[in-house]
Amino acid sequence: MSQHTLDARRLLCPLPVIRTQNAAKKLKPGDTLAVTCSDPGAESDIPAWSRIHGHKVLEIKHDRDTDELVITIEIGEA
Amino acid sequence: MTKQRKAVALISGGLDSLLAAKVMLEQGIHVEGINFFTGFCVEGHTHAIRKKDREKPKRNNALWSAEQLGIKLHIIDVIDEYKDVLINPKYGYGANMNPCLDCKCFMVSKARQWAEENDFDFIITGEVVGQRPMSQRRDTMNIVSRDSGAADILVRPLCAKNLPATKPETEGWISRDKMYDFNGRGRKPQMALANEFGFTDYAQPAGGCCFLTDESYAKKLVDLWDARSSREYEMDDIMLLKVGRHIRPKPYFKLIVGREDGENRFMNGYRKQFDYITTVSCPGPLVLIDGEMQAEDVEIATRLAARFSKDKNSDAVTVCLHLRDGTEKELTVTPLRNEQIPQEWYV
Repeated sequence: MSQHTLDARRLLCPLPVIRTQNAAKKLKPGDTLAVTCSDPGAESDIPAWSRIHGHKVLEIKHDRDTDELVITIEIGEA
Repeated sequence: MTKQRKAVALISGGLDSLLAAKVMLEQGIHVEGINFFTGFCVEGHTHAIRKKDREKPKRNNALWSAEQLGIKLHIIDVIDEYKDVLINPKYGYGANMNPCLDCKCFMVSKARQWAEENDFDFIITGEVVGQRPMSQRRDTMNIVSRDSGAADILVRPLCAKNLPATKPETEGWISRDKMYDFNGRGRKPQMALANEFGFTDYAQPAGGCCFLTDESYAKKLVDLWDARSSREYEMDDIMLLKVGRHIRPKPYFKLIVGREDGENRFMNGYRKQFDYITTVSCPGPLVLIDGEMQAEDVEIATRLAARFSKDKNSDAVTVCLHLRDGTEKELTVTPLRNEQIPQEWYV
């Protein structure tokens, strides 16, 4: 199990989802990926994408100062 | 044992593609969705940028459709490849800068490649004969089948009965009888089928899903190309056409004026790439300067910027011109009056 990060700031949806999808392809089940986003739409889109692909959303953290959010997902079985 | 047949469905997020995929799922086909991001997709962008739209609930309708269907959705970035479709459309443009027929051929072709690489048997779209003036006529739907290379593995479940039989039908993978004969621009048959499938919440058609069909956006794109004497573009170019007022006082530069806090915040991310103007003596917009302004243009640019500040009706507004080399210069100027701005400057 390993932990990974992805910077998707300044990208508008669906680009944060696409970058998450492409990063997730290289990871193994049980790995985690923390995606930092500035588009508020990512808060619904990345969890929706995760659900349909069998990944688990572990945490969504908001940073009120920067208006950014960090969505951490755990990679599921392919 | 019969082989499980697999289809890749083009999912736009609209009702037709949702229904087409559902019709195939009902026939026992394994369906996965595919959605292409060209950079011009309306989905989400303006919601993310504009503050007033941020209050509305946000969702990506293609992802939402996939979740309703219980299928995977693969979102593919085709921004670079799409440039050739937009710049050199074989079949030309629609009412604005929308190369709808070339776009459909391109997307079905990409879906065909994806199907080959992932061992899928056929392709599904939600097309309906007669529904769109350019890309969904009987003759142009034949062109899509031919030019995409999909030929007889392209299935349109909502109007299949109006079209020649496809390979999945002749091979007995799917039943023609369990597909439909929808035709024309009416939406009632789709709504009835949605009701039959229990879909009560789906995206309503709202003038297309592509900025290229939008007259105002298309004008800005053409202006950008004319100003650069080139039809090349980058992702940042097409994103910035979606925000702000675009005012071109000279052929070689334009101002992009943030209209509200959300746009100003979004444009803030571009400050390192552009010269820009901020207002010092009162609240005002962020103004990006696209192009190479000359020294003699500073006055008109700063007075224009002041025109959109809170003190637009006063005699003096202090603004700051920020150059990319780090130089900053404060200037006190008289805002241009509305009647001093020629209408043709507005792109």
